[in-house]
Amino acid sequence: MEWTEWCEQLLTLAQDGTVLSFWEKLNKDFYQAFVQEARWKMYVEGMGNTLKVAVLALVLGFLLGLVVAAVRTFHDQRREEKTGVFLNILNILCKIYTTVIRGTPMMVQLLIMAFVIFKSSRNLVGIAALSFGINSGAYVAEIIRGGLMSVDTGQMEAGRSLGLNYLQTMWYIIIPQAIKNILPALGNELITLLKETSIVTAIGLRDLTKAAQLVTGKTYGGFMALFGVALIYLAMVMVLTWLVNRLERRLRNSER
Amino acid sequence: MNGKQNEVLIQVRGLEKHFKGGEIKALNGVTAEIKRGEVVVVIGPSGSGKSTFLRCLNLLEHPTGGSITFDGVDLTNPKVNIDVHRQKMGMVFQHFNLFPHMTILDNMTLAPMKVLKKNREESERKAMQLLDRVGLAGRAAAYPGQLSGGQKQRIAIVRALCMEPEVMLFDEPTSALDPEMVGEVLEVMRDLAGEGMTMVVVTHEMGFAREVGSRVIFMDGGVIVEENSPAELFGNPSSDRLKSFLAKVL
Repeated sequence: MEWTEWCEQLLTLAQDGTVLSFWEKLNKDFYQAFVQEARWKMYVEGMGNTLKVAVLALVLGFLLGLVVAAVRTFHDQRREEKTGVFLNILNILCKIYTTVIRGTPMMVQLLIMAFVIFKSSRNLVGIAALSFGINSGAYVAEIIRGGLMSVDTGQMEAGRSLGLNYLQTMWYIIIPQAIKNILPALGNELITLLKETSIVTAIGLRDLTKAAQLVTGKTYGGFMALFGVALIYLAMVMVLTWLVNRLERRLRNSER
Repeated sequence: MNGKQNEVLIQVRGLEKHFKGGEIKALNGVTAEIKRGEVVVVIGPSGSGKSTFLRCLNLLEHPTGGSITFDGVDLTNPKVNIDVHRQKMGMVFQHFNLFPHMTILDNMTLAPMKVLKKNREESERKAMQLLDRVGLAGRAAAYPGQLSGGQKQRIAIVRALCMEPEVMLFDEPTSALDPEMVGEVLEVMRDLAGEGMTMVVVTHEMGFAREVGSRVIFMDGGVIVEENSPAELFGNPSSDRLKSFLAKVL
């Protein structure tokens, strides 16, 4: 007898009130959560949306973070006598951005985006990616800024004393050294981002978590579906962690 | 180095530097001149402002008041492009400040290639010549982390020389070194002085000051207290502050 047929039988038995053995119940639940009515497709679709949101948000967050970090660092490293009004205003805007974004819950930001700012839009992936990108940018900015500041001030002085200008010194001397501190932290930010996207269920986007919720609603049992998506998240995070660790090791090796 | 001996290269007038909005007064009106070919050694107790004075010369610290004229150009004028003038002022730091992510050779060729726009071949030839002179040609492909302190400082000196500067500024170049490595660095500096390089050296090495210096400046409390030839300054100090300083360090 084929496994699917066996599982269908178990399903009917269970509906009739027959008590199944542990092994039979496990098979039945698995069948219901993933195989019946091709439900695995929901997880695949959900995972696709989760990854789409995470990757788009990372790209947006990185670009935003880069700009904010550049403004903040450039402003802080300018001599007091030479600060321009324009740069001062930009710096204040950047400070407000990081303060507000890091000071309010991600969930609230997401709801505001979906139900206030873009309430007529149905592009849920876009809205989610935008929200997470703006959120992530504030953290990425601090990661980049911290990385740049972690490089000894003597390096900037040595570069400038050789006649290199500010941007040349940044590009050839400071940034290559800062990257060692920035990249691993960025990897961790991506991991956090990936997991945190699960709250997009709140705006109705069918991500991986939503898939589990939908299946749970249909099968009246959440064990398999929820543990299933937990495992999928875990697998994705482990792959990312492995990549980040490899990167870290390679960067460390480049020193020698 | 060239025929313009005794011409004033750096003229410092009434130099003042305050930190934290005037709370700390590091320099209180320093006036000095450095002639071409001179080796000026600056000594003094810690906190006397001697390092600040040196760092003001190439505007790593921006003076609060006074002026610095280098090669006829007032560096404190905000319109002056300081990068152009820094090329001609080599600087050696207490903590070497080599670029740890680059090989020794890349450390030395970066500025000539990016600032002077020399090609790689020419820059590397010059760098190898200089490395050879300080006996480190074999370490060209090494990274700074693989070198001893003395070697790092010798590299830092020749890295600055790659830009063919008109003056070399030394900010306590031997203070971070193990005692047995001080000699090799001073040796390189002595050779450099012998070739007629204009040098301003902040140091605690009184032996070097006495032997190599053409003039010694004693600073305390952000001002120049005494200034004289080494023989006079060490042999016949006139101020009480210098006398008590020398009594402690000699």
